[in-house]
Amino acid sequence: MDITKLTALELAGKIRSGEISVAEAVRAQLDVIAEKEKDYHCYITILEEEALERAGEVQEGIRTGRYTSPLAGVPVAVKDNICMKGIKTTCGSKILENFRPPYDATAMEKLYEAGMVVVGKTNMDEFAMGSTTETSYFGATRNPRDISRVPGGSSGGSAAAVAAGEALLALGSDTGGSIRQPSAFCGVVGIKPTYGTVSRYGLIAYASSLDQIGVIGKNVADSAAMLSVISGSDARDSTSVGQKEYHYMEALGKDISGMRIGIPRGYFGGGLSEEVKSEVLSAAQMFREKGAVVEEFDLEAVDYAVPAYYVIACAEASSNLSRYDGVKYGFRAKDYEGLEEMYRLSRGEGFGQEAKRRMMIGAFVLSSGFYDAYYNKALKVKTVIKREFDRAFLKYDLILGPTTPTTALKLGESLPDPLKMYLGDIYTVSVNLAGLPAISLPCGQAKNGLPIALQLIGKPFGEKQIIRAAYSFERGWAD
Amino acid sequence: MEITDETIAHVAELVKLEFDGERAAGIKADLLKILEYMDTMNVLDTEGITPMSHVLPLKNVFREDVVTNGRGEADLLENAPCIKEGKFVVPKTVG
Repeated sequence: MDITKLTALELAGKIRSGEISVAEAVRAQLDVIAEKEKDYHCYITILEEEALERAGEVQEGIRTGRYTSPLAGVPVAVKDNICMKGIKTTCGSKILENFRPPYDATAMEKLYEAGMVVVGKTNMDEFAMGSTTETSYFGATRNPRDISRVPGGSSGGSAAAVAAGEALLALGSDTGGSIRQPSAFCGVVGIKPTYGTVSRYGLIAYASSLDQIGVIGKNVADSAAMLSVISGSDARDSTSVGQKEYHYMEALGKDISGMRIGIPRGYFGGGLSEEVKSEVLSAAQMFREKGAVVEEFDLEAVDYAVPAYYVIACAEASSNLSRYDGVKYGFRAKDYEGLEEMYRLSRGEGFGQEAKRRMMIGAFVLSSGFYDAYYNKALKVKTVIKREFDRAFLKYDLILGPTTPTTALKLGESLPDPLKMYLGDIYTVSVNLAGLPAISLPCGQAKNGLPIALQLIGKPFGEKQIIRAAYSFERGWAD
Repeated sequence: MEITDETIAHVAELVKLEFDGERAAGIKADLLKILEYMDTMNVLDTEGITPMSHVLPLKNVFREDVVTNGRGEADLLENAPCIKEGKFVVPKTVG
């Protein structure tokens, strides 16, 4: 059985009908991983034994009617910043190289309740800080579409795994674009839900006011099904918000005529590649052909989203990463004299360059004398950005634009110039600042064969609208 | 914007990091460049705007002060770099 030719929902259907056993499906997935890992390095940890054991339990659970999810029996990959009890969860960092969480993240619990089988933990930028997956302590992941290029980041391992057929579905996390950007670079679908939709309990924190767990899949339907599995309020995450229901698949196949889609004029300025611009504008035309009303409008404050994002994200990161002190868990240096030195040496040796850089920026912008000019200012910019989106959503149902200004960059190109790397987040960060849902989906190809993607941004808790439009586009594009 | 060696040393102390000569110069240059870029936020007029730390109008989300996940000491000591008699061993901090 060639598992790479099936969608996750198709595979689940064959498992339900008895055509394929869960063990066969898991074995098939593990075989693809074994074959392709040397080329792409999507995974930090592969859970062969655990997955095959779990497959037996899931098979039994499907037989008894315990597991009834449309994705029951499907193997799934999980980004390595999501806690899995007893299994190494490293965040792509030396400082958590051997860390085994004593608990499962809520998202993991929901995967289990749905009868899914985790086959491995995927590679990522260290502590989710990066846009290329090159800052991982465990080495870079290569883009399956072109192995001389990055898969994007920080959920590069998850996106590359799906693109390579090493996973049908994967969980990622998105703080400034970390699901959507690698999905765009790898030619797969990525969804970041509205802030508060998926519990952050067990998601190792980078920037708590921006982080969200989300989904990467081969297509919209699979991704929507996966998002339904992990969504839900959680008493253990005080920032999670309950909704009446999470039946995102109901949005599939719905007509989009009459939907109002706005394209921010400011998105098409300098820095945007001509090829990306052209494909996204073609996509806009396809939405029009499907009956949507598509027009350009002015979305103010877009230029200030990147600096505001980095001030806020770095500030929160400097606080969140202060827990890594070598005391109770994580890497502790070998030789030190006194507590202060233990902290400095453990952190010095345990953290990579980018993590250190962001902690320094973060501590600076929060420090006395600079707090007002930087951190407080950024929070005011955040208010303006949110207000701008609120204003836009009075007129439009969705906002359309590119996900990234360029196609995937070459390995080694980005790290020497971090600021230039940060600027690549221009279309994604404002979505996190405003806490909105967004989907990235493939919409074209550059002359060199690299994927190009569009991004649809929805109103708060408007997941169904973005899924509806994305599915409609996907159908149209396939024809 | 002035970032001096003292600034770097002070900020490094805040995050318990250490930078030697070459690295210190590197991080100083990085910070300067990045902070200068962040100064572009000042072009946006935010007079009278309230800073927003959270997008959702949630406030004071509390739960009952009841332990629901057990004591789990054994689990919690699993990842410890150094333990003795069920406690974390650390360098002396007082006296």
